[in-house]
Amino acid sequence: MATLIRILGDFDLAEEAVQEAFVIALERWPRDGAPDNPGAWIVRTARNRAIDRLRRERHYEDKLRELERLMPGLPDDPPDTSLPDDRLRLFFTCCHPALAPEVRVALTLRTLGGLSTPEVARAFLASESATQQRIVRAKRKIREARIPYQVPPDHELPDRLRSLLTVLYLIFNEGYLATTADTVVRRELCDEAIRLGRLLRALMPDESEVRGLLALMLLHNSRRDARVDERGELVLLEDQDRSRWHAGEIREGVRLAVAAGRRGPYAIQAAIAAEHAATATDWARVAALYERLSELQPSPVVELNRAVAVSMAAGPGAGLDLIERLESPRLEGYHLLHATRADLLRRLGRDEEAAAAYRRARELAANPAERAFLERRITELSG
Amino acid sequence: MRYMLVIVGDESRYADWSKEEMAAQMQLWSDYSKALVDAGAFVSGEGLQSSTTATTLRVQDGERLLTDGPFVETKEQIGGFYVIECKDLDEAIDWAAQLPSARRGGVCEIRPVLAYEGYEDPQTAREGAAS
Repeated sequence: MATLIRILGDFDLAEEAVQEAFVIALERWPRDGAPDNPGAWIVRTARNRAIDRLRRERHYEDKLRELERLMPGLPDDPPDTSLPDDRLRLFFTCCHPALAPEVRVALTLRTLGGLSTPEVARAFLASESATQQRIVRAKRKIREARIPYQVPPDHELPDRLRSLLTVLYLIFNEGYLATTADTVVRRELCDEAIRLGRLLRALMPDESEVRGLLALMLLHNSRRDARVDERGELVLLEDQDRSRWHAGEIREGVRLAVAAGRRGPYAIQAAIAAEHAATATDWARVAALYERLSELQPSPVVELNRAVAVSMAAGPGAGLDLIERLESPRLEGYHLLHATRADLLRRLGRDEEAAAAYRRARELAANPAERAFLERRITELSG
Repeated sequence: MRYMLVIVGDESRYADWSKEEMAAQMQLWSDYSKALVDAGAFVSGEGLQSSTTATTLRVQDGERLLTDGPFVETKEQIGGFYVIECKDLDEAIDWAAQLPSARRGGVCEIRPVLAYEGYEDPQTAREGAAS
């Protein structure tokens, strides 16, 4: 599919041609036997179908000329080795920064992931027609503004790869942190993001941030069954039943996290997640990793996490000191700031202040599971 | 494939430039145009006078309604344009990033130029009339 999109320079044409090619295959292969190289056969047949279709069109001469320009020197049997490169090109096209972030997500899921348009719509709680329109518009922009099918040159690769990784992490988090209805489709987004992460890792085996992101997603996902209890309420990391963590994913995630080093933001976050998966978390190390992350990606949220790690390593007082210094209007509406402050105040025995902070956090939280958890804490403190 | 680079910026920033500063800026633009020509990417381009010199016309029921000033009154105004010939959007983005205004934090809108498929291209018509 990716090969054809590159050859034809048109998503819709390629999609229709591939469907036709499969129909032909269904008729012929049982009768004549399958060809030696089925992938190449499909590509060739679809390409021929596309040419037929273009011939039938009104401006067929123009199109044919364009087609010839787009496929100079294409061998009759594209070797299978060309397919991964095409998929990588398509990855970069779908995540091109000239497309809006939500469009990149939808297009990546639709084109490189296995999701149908209705599935993409359901996963992002959007209407089918709006999603369909978003994808159609994106394809049109790719075609008409000529967004290239290529792996960006070295000087642009770091920026463009970041955009691509952001798209994958957005897909993952949409499933993992689903703040509203927790439908099965949304859960599947995690699997889809991991699948795409594995594909990307196979395509770019030397990129440490690709490894880091895949490790991070695997390590988060390994805790999916333990982080919510049977009533649908959120369970804190320290209270989770570790026997419900998925050991295979943890092993793979830790191995990848180690291989990723700690140069980039995803590699560092993976190292933190790996530390949390260990039998005994080394909080001083976690605090140091957050400090490094904060240097690379200064953000109040990272600082907040660092404060939590410091409080675990050096006591709630030290953590609270860091939080009090974090005055930021953007963070004021962030429920986790108040929940964290409340937790530290509770540990210090300052119950009244803690209860007030929990109430503020409850007002701001959107997720019912989180709200229920905060409610429990408020009851405990007033009891 | 042709793209128009629409150059947008805050005019007040260069209102009080000295003669020397202005000359240095003009040199940058001239170098940039030359780089486009040398690369075979230059199609056309103009710089515009300040938006305070603009007149906006709207014809309503055959009546000409004129307003003093640009079409939209915003701090950032169109200051000029280039039409360039590029392989794809990435190449156009590369050129846009090298605009002298881009280095000063200016904005550039990159728009693909409409291809006149099946119609007479006004460009060709004009060139034909000129010869």
